[in-house]
Amino acid sequence: MIGFPILSLMLLVPLVGAVACLMAGRESARMIALAVTLLDLVLGAVLWSHYQIGGPTWQFQEHASIFAGFEWKLGIDGIALLLIALTVFLMPICIGASWNAIEKRAGEYYANFLIMETLMIGVFTAQDLFLFYIMFEAGLIPMYLIIGIWGGADRIYASYKFFLYTLLGSVLMLIAMMWMVNEAGTSDIPTLMAYSFPVKAQTWLWLALFASFAVKMPMWPTHTWLPDAHVQAPTAGSVILAGVLLKMGGYGFIRFSLPMFPEASAQFAPLVWGLSMAAVVITSLIALVQHDIKKLIAYSSVAHMAIVTVGLFAFNRQGLEGSMLIMLSHGLVAGALFLAVGVIYDRLHTREIDRYGGLAINMPAYALFFMLFTMASIGLPGTSGFVGEFLSLMGIYAQSSWVALICTTGIILGAAYMLYLYRRVVFGVQKNEDAAAMPDLDKREWAMMIPLAAVVLWMGVYPETFLAPMRKDIAALDARLAQARPRGDADVQLAAMPPAAATHEHGDAMEHGEQAAHAARHEGAR
Amino acid sequence: MELLRSLAITGTEEVLSVSSLILLLAAAWGGDKASRVISIAAVAVLTVCAVLTVPALTQAVMGPAASAWNGQFSGDAFAAFGKLLIYIGAAVTLIVAPAFFEREKAMRAEFPLLVLLASMGMGMMVSATDMLALYIGLELNSLAAYVLASFLRSDERSAEAGLKYFVLGSLASGILLYGISLTYGFTGSTSFAGIHGALAGTLSTGAVFGVVFVLAGLAFKVSAAPFHMWTPDVYEGAPTPVTTFFAIAPKVAALGLLMRVSLFAFGSQPGVWQQIVIFVALLSIVIGALGAIGQDNIKRLLAYSSINNVGFMLIGLACANQAGAAAMLVYLAIYVAMSVAGFVAVLMLRDADGAPVESIAAMAGLSKTRPMLALALAAVMFSLAGIPPLFGFWGKFVVFQAAVQAGLLSLAAIGIAASVIGAFYYIKVVKVMYFDEATDVVTGQSDMAQRVLLFVSVVAISPLGYLLTKSLGVLAGNAAAALFHIA
Repeated sequence: MIGFPILSLMLLVPLVGAVACLMAGRESARMIALAVTLLDLVLGAVLWSHYQIGGPTWQFQEHASIFAGFEWKLGIDGIALLLIALTVFLMPICIGASWNAIEKRAGEYYANFLIMETLMIGVFTAQDLFLFYIMFEAGLIPMYLIIGIWGGADRIYASYKFFLYTLLGSVLMLIAMMWMVNEAGTSDIPTLMAYSFPVKAQTWLWLALFASFAVKMPMWPTHTWLPDAHVQAPTAGSVILAGVLLKMGGYGFIRFSLPMFPEASAQFAPLVWGLSMAAVVITSLIALVQHDIKKLIAYSSVAHMAIVTVGLFAFNRQGLEGSMLIMLSHGLVAGALFLAVGVIYDRLHTREIDRYGGLAINMPAYALFFMLFTMASIGLPGTSGFVGEFLSLMGIYAQSSWVALICTTGIILGAAYMLYLYRRVVFGVQKNEDAAAMPDLDKREWAMMIPLAAVVLWMGVYPETFLAPMRKDIAALDARLAQARPRGDADVQLAAMPPAAATHEHGDAMEHGEQAAHAARHEGAR
Repeated sequence: MELLRSLAITGTEEVLSVSSLILLLAAAWGGDKASRVISIAAVAVLTVCAVLTVPALTQAVMGPAASAWNGQFSGDAFAAFGKLLIYIGAAVTLIVAPAFFEREKAMRAEFPLLVLLASMGMGMMVSATDMLALYIGLELNSLAAYVLASFLRSDERSAEAGLKYFVLGSLASGILLYGISLTYGFTGSTSFAGIHGALAGTLSTGAVFGVVFVLAGLAFKVSAAPFHMWTPDVYEGAPTPVTTFFAIAPKVAALGLLMRVSLFAFGSQPGVWQQIVIFVALLSIVIGALGAIGQDNIKRLLAYSSINNVGFMLIGLACANQAGAAAMLVYLAIYVAMSVAGFVAVLMLRDADGAPVESIAAMAGLSKTRPMLALALAAVMFSLAGIPPLFGFWGKFVVFQAAVQAGLLSLAAIGIAASVIGAFYYIKVVKVMYFDEATDVVTGQSDMAQRVLLFVSVVAISPLGYLLTKSLGVLAGNAAAALFHIA
């Protein structure tokens, strides 16, 4: 444990930086923003190094009763730690990506980004339900402004769509949260995670929270705001959107829906699977026909997030751990891919795939990095994408081989659209002169790509670093879900073992089968 | 002794009436040249009155100890809460008005006097515990307000606003009076306590009609749908400082009155009026949100926004319990801060000649020409939309929480879903100011008083406002407790 309130400090530093940026000019604003995000990265590193793996569930807890109705209460577990690490890691890279691209109203731009950072860290550290909601909702304002002011040609439509979609999703969550607090008598998240809500109420509460998280995630068919927002947002906006904001949906499932409403989660698991299967296939096919690089990556994000949701609702450890790893990996890889698009967009000011081609000739270093991130997005073994997707699909296979089968097509389709994209942009002939004249990566771009590439490889080769902090928390969640876990394929096979008996003995046989399955499951858990 | 005690309880009314008479004489002798001095004096009087209300509020005075003039009048914590907000609203109006009227060459010494008299009437409205005292307060306020609405005599829109307000306001008063007479006929009493007692038990149909008419008349005064039609026209036509006044003080007074009548006088039959309030609340939220979408005048937009906000406040009333009333008062206080910020910002929208700008289209690119003003307006808009972390969220939060605790889940769910419609037009204003190309219309400067008022009110609705939640909760709790203290 550390002697000072590190979480509050991590929230405060970007906020102070934001105020400073508002008053500064372009040159000084970006220096301030970079310094502040790097300082938060250092604080994040201190946080991770002082985090006791296997220690108490909630660490670095802070508490101050300064509000009526809710409390200033912070604290993290391993899951939150990893997502905070992702946030503070991506933020300096975002500032780097905006270094030259943002010319108008730079002070306000960096201020918005720094406020975003505070709110994102706030979402992952909040231990009070309403504090979480405030942080979760407040992110709408800076993101609305980022898309609307510094976005592309169709930015106004995209910003409205982003704002109203996500707002509509989350207002019902607020009512559900109020009901929960009223019922349980506390807004303390750790207490609520252990509280057993009446099963009948869980159904409604689960649906209200689902409305919010599904939009944020985004799950098919509420995903349509995402391609618009991504395409119109400036590069750094896309990075933060894909990298961290989408993870808030997954975090919501893992922190609220699953532990607080295990029975309802089991009840609705088929719904989640169905939507996820549809998402994997449909959005992958849509990605295949895109002409706009950013849109293609945006649709691929929806497909990847769908694998996260099936993993989460697989009700076993592999699924949960896999989902967390995909979220981390996707945060890095999608961020890196948007960054890679940003690099060529800054040079040619178009996202049209056809306008590029043969970049391997004039931009070899760029081609190399782009290749690495493409492979990581596909899920090639040795990159971060593989570990998470493998675990998630393994998890869901234990529940339903059909769902696993269909979701795995996402990997194949993913390879198809990503390799097709790579071939058209990087390989082939140099059909456009201006594209052929583009210079290779400069120092700033190298500095952004190298850390991303290093972490992507690290996570692929030695995922234990990232699995270790959350192992205990995932195990606790898995134990909480055990009572509600639906009978999956793994159980059914065992249940079919007793030979067919006479009709009147059938019920008995089934019971036996179930007991056998239970016993087997306990064996497996050990 | 009883007389002295009563006089002490009605202290603010006495200060207001005596000082307005003195200032009236000063105006008669000093003429319009003295109008600025009289304005300053009036602000000072209002400040004194505001300070006088504080003890009753913090000490949670209630029940017989606060009752004066044989139960006609109550100086309890609830009345103090309402009066404090009313006097703040009136003082803000008087601070911003001289600059506005002087430009139109229409500043007259009557203006501060009318505001003082209206404030006195509104103070009586929130203090009244008898139907007759209620009606006297209401009319004292209304008559002053009709004149204020048409204060720019040479301006057609202002005259139209005054006339509309007068005709429709009189109609509402008539409906209210009819309701009062029915209630008196069926309960045999005009005092709230007497009505409360007489309504308990089985209810006669005639009394139900009385309740409905009284509520309809009051819904008119708070501009709740479906009695909201006058609001956009009056808000648009009236001079902007007067609109500021209308959006704050009479709203607080009429809502306070509605609360006391519903929860105290009709408090023994909540089932009768609860469904009316729920209907009116939802309709106001939806109409306030939908009506605002097509508006291109910022004052009309804020008028619809106030209808919308009244709808949210009425959700607190629909709970029909002490927590709901406290939530409603918290919302009311935040609404006052948002309205002050919003209207002062609108007053600061001026073109190069200093003429007021009201069209939303002319605000395009305001974030480049007047960044601080645009920031303040954006804060107001997000706050009115109830997006956290701005303080407007807290108002919505407490009323919806009260509704959830009272078991009105579907009301809360529908209400909050409808708030998303409202968000659409609030973010549209932000879009015009931040995303559109600058038109360079709003280039005029604004005076110091406006800047200070805007700064203070924007700080109050900023996330820093959450630091006030505890004390605000205590004060609103005191006031609500006084309302439910049935002697």
